[in-house]
Amino acid sequence: MANPIETNPGGMAKAVREGVFAGIIAFFMFLLYVGIETYQDINNALVWRTRWELLAVFVAVAAIGRFLTVGFIKPHIDRRKLNKAKSGVLEISDKKSFFHRHFLKFALVFLLVYPFLSLLIVGKQGSLKYVDNFGIQILIYVMLAWGLNIVVGLAGLLDLGYVAFYAVGAYSYALLSSYFGLSFWVLLPLSGIFAALWGIMLGFPVLRLRGDYLAIVTLAFGEIIRLVLINWTVVTKGTFGIAGIAKASVFGIWSFDVGAPNNFAKVFGLASSSVYYKIFLFYVILALCLLTAYVTIRLRRMPIGRAWEALREDEIACRSLGINTVATKLTAFATGAMFGGFAGSFFAARQGFVSPESFVFLESAVILAIVVLGGMGSLTGIAIAAVVMVGGTEVLREMSFLKLVFGPDFTPELYRMLLFGLAMIIVMLFKPRGFVGSREPTAFLKERRAVSGSFTKEGHG
Amino acid sequence: MAPGTTAMVKDTILKVDHLSMKFGGLMAINDLSLEAKRGEITALIGPNGAGKTTVFNCITGFYKPTMGMITLKRKTGKEFLLERLKDFEITKHAGVARTFQNIRLFSGLTVLENLLVAQHNALMRASGYTILGLLGSPAYKRAVEASIEKATYWLEKADLIDRADDPAGDLPYGAQRRLEIARAMCTGPELLCLDEPAAGLNPKESLTLNTLLRSIRDEGTSLLLIEHDMSVVMEISDHVVVLEYGQKISDGTPDHVKNDPKVIAAYLGVEDEELEQIEEQLEGGKV
Repeated sequence: MANPIETNPGGMAKAVREGVFAGIIAFFMFLLYVGIETYQDINNALVWRTRWELLAVFVAVAAIGRFLTVGFIKPHIDRRKLNKAKSGVLEISDKKSFFHRHFLKFALVFLLVYPFLSLLIVGKQGSLKYVDNFGIQILIYVMLAWGLNIVVGLAGLLDLGYVAFYAVGAYSYALLSSYFGLSFWVLLPLSGIFAALWGIMLGFPVLRLRGDYLAIVTLAFGEIIRLVLINWTVVTKGTFGIAGIAKASVFGIWSFDVGAPNNFAKVFGLASSSVYYKIFLFYVILALCLLTAYVTIRLRRMPIGRAWEALREDEIACRSLGINTVATKLTAFATGAMFGGFAGSFFAARQGFVSPESFVFLESAVILAIVVLGGMGSLTGIAIAAVVMVGGTEVLREMSFLKLVFGPDFTPELYRMLLFGLAMIIVMLFKPRGFVGSREPTAFLKERRAVSGSFTKEGHG
Repeated sequence: MAPGTTAMVKDTILKVDHLSMKFGGLMAINDLSLEAKRGEITALIGPNGAGKTTVFNCITGFYKPTMGMITLKRKTGKEFLLERLKDFEITKHAGVARTFQNIRLFSGLTVLENLLVAQHNALMRASGYTILGLLGSPAYKRAVEASIEKATYWLEKADLIDRADDPAGDLPYGAQRRLEIARAMCTGPELLCLDEPAAGLNPKESLTLNTLLRSIRDEGTSLLLIEHDMSVVMEISDHVVVLEYGQKISDGTPDHVKNDPKVIAAYLGVEDEELEQIEEQLEGGKV
């Protein structure tokens, strides 16, 4: 209602009513989850105790929050909207702020100086965390999500088993380097090729399926790869994983192995520290990410990329235009898988250890969530989503001060998935098409105008 | 008769022989034979449920016919048996393009992009199946320019040039119909199959559609169209085939078909004595 609260005496009564109602719902919702806690006593028996104070807090927050929203916030927003509509000024301006226009350049420069910035600010030991846990970790997910974006965002094929290709890449590097001693730079492209081959092998029988069916089969494929890795103990050492995987070197010129004569730190006369390797890895994954972005951007403007997007929009129309949809889907699958493979071999080199634990379905789900949150098809949006989701998880680890508030047995990391879900719900409520919902056209006659997300489709398989 | 193709004897571009299509127990098409001549507009009409769209789907490969043969003869003299080809091969190799009864555009792509997607096969070849294109070969760049030129040509013909950079889903209905035809033409077809191109158009839009279809024919592409709008059918077609219950009941020039009592009965389901009255109505409807 646009009526201001003063002229609407029923408004306050309604707010109170809704507040009480929200309180009642909250009471019953949280009664068992929050109001009662189970724990083990000294005899290891499961007993329970009540937490009425905490429950009261939850109920009060819900009731007062609802009361304020209905009573004050909503009328205020409505009033503002009405005034704006009355004044007749439309809010359609194409002008973007300076920062907005040059966002990509800023981001790139920041990424390039990031390791040195962290070195300067927190020193060698401190920057290990920032370069490795934040920088490299996020960039791996950026790369994976960009790879999956080709399959899901561009071609519109819902792939729930993307982590399988990540695993293929990681194990390709781990196995071939430990059995045959091949170097990272030989195995990086090989892993990509292997993953792409697996993508094609999976794709051939599967891509006749569409929508939900495709999602289920790809999900199964991801699990099969993981189970093979667990059970084929002769080769993969099963759940023990493969340890002691060789580090990557700077194109074989400088090594990061401590004992090696061409050790990077020794050659340059630096104090030995593992941070150099991390910084090197940071630039490697940054380069890989940029390669992914470059290839994606170039491919989008090629006929094959347009065919992918057309496939997402309408497969039957594609066939009526003489496009071989099976081949088109296969190339999308293989290209996406290839980048997953690259990321996988990088992951193995960085960890020095791979085990099937790293390639569970949850990883696929997280990567897919990043793609969806970022806005399917948009590289910038996906990168932002990766920073928010993966960086957010890492930040949670740093939140030990929350223990002061919630008690010593509060571990913020455990709430990761809860927050993940919450973040997704909020983003999907306010930006149903993800952070960047619009689409950049790949060709134009007069001017390049972004296509609003309301016209693009998600694809149905 | 199409001007420009003067005294040349018109050969057959499409020949449908004893086509039957069964869906379970339903005989959608029953032993249908028809021919479409090169350089002509052939219309396929009939009451709702007569099997027109099924015939289309058989010709364009979206259905595999239960029986029968569909032969397409290209300008080069090469013949294709369409029932043996996959749907995309029919467009790619045999040069048959189609539109849909319920418009199927790539609504999230711009109008121009829609027309570029239609030139996929030519561009793929020019880009060396993407590899040469990624390396930035000059031949590919020329091909891209040519494809944009071709798209521009059809945008101008379909009167869509001002909307080239808008998303296809943003166009009004009539423009979407024209865009779908332009997109089909960008595949460079010899036979264009239109499934109810005038459905939902207002009289003015129907008129521009007629002009567009005629000019497509005059440029050497044969047309096969399903249409309910008699003002379009009678106005532009050179040859009309009438279907009812999956069978051909009449075949000939528009005038011949219009006066065929079987056709009138099929459409209106009337007694013979009322025929005269209906003929008058048809005459009136044409003007």
